[in-house]
Amino acid sequence: MDYDQARYSRDDQYEPLLAEKNAARVEIDEEDSPLPAELTRDSVELPDLSEPELARHYTRLSQMNWSVESGPYPLGSCTMKYNPSFTEDVAADPNAAVHPDRSARSVQGSLELLCDLQDYLARIGGMDAVTLQPPAGAAGEFAGILVAKAYHEANGNDRNEVVVPASAHGTNFASAAMAGYDVVELPSDEDGRVDVDALDAALSDDTAALMLTNPNTVGLFERDIVDIAEMVHDVGGLLYYDGANLNALLGRGRPGDMGFDIMHYNVHKTFATPHGGGGPGAGPVGVVEELAPYLPSPRVREKGGNYELFDPEESIGKVHGYQGNWLVLVKAYAYIARLGDEGLTDASAKAVLNANYLASQIDYEVPYDPFHHEFAATAGDRDAADVAKRMLDYGVHPPTTKWPEFVPEAMLTEPTEVENRDSLDDLARAFDAAMADSDEELENAPSKTTARRIDQVTAAREPRLSWRALDDESEE
Amino acid sequence: MTRGSPYAPHTDAETAAMLDAVGVDDEESLFDIPEEVRFDGEFDIDARGERELRAELSRTFAKNRDLTEFLGRGHHGHYVPALVDDISRRSEFLTSYTQYQPEITQGFLQALFEYQSLLVELTGLPVANCSMYDAATALAEAARLSNRVRRVSGDRILVPETLHAGKRSVLDNYVAGTDLAVETYPMDDGNVDVDALGDAVGEDASMVYAENPTVRGAIEERLSEIGELADEADALFCLGTDIVALGLLEEPASVGADVVVGEADALGMPTSYGMGLGLFATRESFLRQVPGRLVGASEDAGGKRAYTLTLQTREQHIRKERATSNICTNQAWVALRTAMHVAYLGPDGLVELAKRCVTDAESLAAELSDLKGVKAPVHDRHHFREFVAHTDQPAEAIAADLEREGFAVHVVGEHELQVCVTESTAAKTDELVAAFEEVL
Repeated sequence: MDYDQARYSRDDQYEPLLAEKNAARVEIDEEDSPLPAELTRDSVELPDLSEPELARHYTRLSQMNWSVESGPYPLGSCTMKYNPSFTEDVAADPNAAVHPDRSARSVQGSLELLCDLQDYLARIGGMDAVTLQPPAGAAGEFAGILVAKAYHEANGNDRNEVVVPASAHGTNFASAAMAGYDVVELPSDEDGRVDVDALDAALSDDTAALMLTNPNTVGLFERDIVDIAEMVHDVGGLLYYDGANLNALLGRGRPGDMGFDIMHYNVHKTFATPHGGGGPGAGPVGVVEELAPYLPSPRVREKGGNYELFDPEESIGKVHGYQGNWLVLVKAYAYIARLGDEGLTDASAKAVLNANYLASQIDYEVPYDPFHHEFAATAGDRDAADVAKRMLDYGVHPPTTKWPEFVPEAMLTEPTEVENRDSLDDLARAFDAAMADSDEELENAPSKTTARRIDQVTAAREPRLSWRALDDESEE
Repeated sequence: MTRGSPYAPHTDAETAAMLDAVGVDDEESLFDIPEEVRFDGEFDIDARGERELRAELSRTFAKNRDLTEFLGRGHHGHYVPALVDDISRRSEFLTSYTQYQPEITQGFLQALFEYQSLLVELTGLPVANCSMYDAATALAEAARLSNRVRRVSGDRILVPETLHAGKRSVLDNYVAGTDLAVETYPMDDGNVDVDALGDAVGEDASMVYAENPTVRGAIEERLSEIGELADEADALFCLGTDIVALGLLEEPASVGADVVVGEADALGMPTSYGMGLGLFATRESFLRQVPGRLVGASEDAGGKRAYTLTLQTREQHIRKERATSNICTNQAWVALRTAMHVAYLGPDGLVELAKRCVTDAESLAAELSDLKGVKAPVHDRHHFREFVAHTDQPAEAIAADLEREGFAVHVVGEHELQVCVTESTAAKTDELVAAFEEVL
């Protein structure tokens, strides 16, 4: 496939910045200000453009950006699947635009949807109670760990450690550390799964929780999950499920049935709500009955035909100022309802089929199997980051590179269920073509994207983080 | 109707050929899940067609009462220009991901760089990240930042006694794993009681937090003094505000703010049941302690300016438990919308909008105060966008009656209502006043 990404360029840069097109300074004159001068700023300087100019600027920027609708986006563990258009229309319903401090009686529709979504998620995860408040997956992890902490404290257990496999998402470590826990890192065994002996050694009366992703970050199912759950529970710890890979389990396994006590859902991954270039997402948390009293407040419930917000008795409080990322939750509800039982189950079947098919079509070593919805290929003696840059020239987005760290030159690939065979074949050709290219071609890639290879070292060494910084520089 | 996922494009023949290529008989054989934990039940979720679902959800949302919202306290419904809705929904923005491959995601990176730049202009501080979840989490991250950079000097976070309950709760949770303690200081007629704060700061304060405007809508009159108090105690001065207020009120950098937090989605988003955009700006010296993502300018191999995520070693996916924060997915798309809205307004538009917030609130307060049994504003201060009114009758009852008349206002005390007005509701203030008259 031949490919060239849009590129608007002028002199020494691509599309100029807003402020470079036109900016103006407005003085705040006391005479026509409603406030005394000592309470106001002196002036405001901002870009000053007409609506047509802005429309063109942002349209150009959009054209210089890759999205799921541009083509395959097989970033492992990110689950970039097609986002149906209708969910946007649904979320844009003017009746859905309400202030978070409205009385419950005046927002029965919103509360009904949230209550139903709590219920759907509980059923999908095999959990007893769900909160929708966390505004992202990592916020869900943090909330979940705080729930575990509150539970242990209420039971008089002073535990200070959270065990996390080396292969886990970095957010697991950070979330546990933020909650004040010491993090015990668990090595993987030679099959890429949790090393049960190492786990045994790591667990103790100090263990508050084990955080697991299942299938894990190379797509491998933790087959010993029942034993693992028993080991964790035997020392009085809780088992936490990171929902990042739930897309591979839908309808075939539920964290609750496997012995997990707490989980978060990445609704922007599993339930195809647009990732928006880095959010908003949403990270609802589900727990077993015993932990429900500690969930963040408020939750939603139905009582006598009416919906209401309520604070769980021993609630940890809030992890978001209001009720979380509402519009994302609306889209998640619409997506789940669109697919239903069969659609959700089929989504995971096709996601797993696609990953396995793609892996079978590329000329790369895949060190660990059998995998589910994603696999870690290795670029071997090539630099995975360079291979990825070259893949850009072939009109596909490359996989996640150099992660997880225990796979050398990892290319963590997750095609999701939305690619058909043709598109997977294109992806496979891009994988193989990049690998077959010379070192020089790799190092000079990409050339067909908006920008050529970007110097990230200078960006970090001499941070220039605003147009003011660029301006100051040019004046020097 | 399609069985299975309508968004999995495989024909039966394709599926069969792919299974064959993989070397298995059916999809089930690809699942490496032990029998004892396999799920063979039903979720009992009926699939619905797109048309059916749109109708269902439109019926559901129609159960929300159509009220004119004179509500604020941190979540503000300003009018969003059509351009913002239209262009931000282009799929290249909406369905993209975090910019891990900058060469192919220049569009979003530039938009986020511009968002950072707009905040730099408005706060006067040289570093702004490209978003936190909301004002509450931004404040909480600021407290944690103070703990990293002021660890030696103290562990007390001082916040106003009137701090929004949601913010307080999030703050408590974010500092639970640290040695920080949150304490409140008194307010005086809607502004910080600067003398009392001076007594409270002491040597061991890590951060002093104040807001402008305050949660009750009052504009602070002695911000520089608060900044000095914090500075003398070697504590960070964290100022909470919002993006519209930044267009008119004192520039945070000029009053000594070390960190600026608050709600940026006051521009760019309609009321969205609390969805937010946490703004976070700070000084250059704290650059490597900033939570969340930063976009920086660099050059590409052709010598042209290009943008990339930068200083990522601060982040959770590299430093893991030593990261400055666990934030990964943030509010990037909301930041895009906010930047578009600010650019749409331009300097004149933003200043005019901010001025209007002051004058509209002032005149509505005066009209309400003319009614028997109402005194507004309660605080003898200037106000931004909202104010508290004292009512002789119980506030709960008045608010409930107003709701029946089609208006929503806050109840903030037994005899206190809080009213917020923006350009979206300004045309209905006469009706609100008439409704007040009716229910008093």
